[in-house]
Amino acid sequence: MSVKIRIPTPLRKLTDGKGEVEGAGKTIGELLDNLDGRYPGIKERLCDESGNLRRFVNIYVNEEDIRFRQGKETALADGDEISIVPAIAGGCV
Amino acid sequence: MLRIPSNITEEMIAHAKADFPLECCGILAGKDDTISHIYKVINNDRSRVSYLMDPKEQIRVFKEMRTLSIEMKAIYHSHPNHPAYPSMTDVELAYYPDAIYIIISINNNKETEIRGFRIINKEITEAELNLLASHD
Repeated sequence: MSVKIRIPTPLRKLTDGKGEVEGAGKTIGELLDNLDGRYPGIKERLCDESGNLRRFVNIYVNEEDIRFRQGKETALADGDEISIVPAIAGGCV
Repeated sequence: MLRIPSNITEEMIAHAKADFPLECCGILAGKDDTISHIYKVINNDRSRVSYLMDPKEQIRVFKEMRTLSIEMKAIYHSHPNHPAYPSMTDVELAYYPDAIYIIISINNNKETEIRGFRIINKEITEAELNLLASHD
């Protein structure tokens, strides 16, 4: 089973400059482990020490935010398109 | 230098004024160095000191930009009663090295200052903006 993952610019130094990579896994959690095996360090950029998705990272499966599905347990199907999209945030202080 | 048509500059300022004293945020898109589209995005923080673009709107805008074959050129937000310079939070959360971060300083809803910056690897460099006059 294989899915496509869109990689944002700041993470491309971990994926040999690639903006799109393939990955495998029955869930988002498995997919992140699979990616980290090939692109070490990528999971740490996306998840905190307890393994939860970082606040300023959004992951979409076919344009649906996994936070509104089952988070890292969100099931994946062959051909799904995953987007990793950093939040756009900041502030005046 | 990023070229921003006057109607888009006016819309950004109007957005900052409308949301004052809260911060506003949005995306400017176009091709090459010229902005053609402005997307006002909801600030989920609804705060005077921070912004977090609504992720659903953000992905919708990204999708529309792909459909129109335009690129995100700048991310704008307002600094109500604060200078138009990136804060520590702005630097920490600058995940888009390809975009120019535009800051609109707005003071008691009157004076405005607009400046642009690149924030790459936590380093700030000014990116001059070419704010076009209406006859350009």
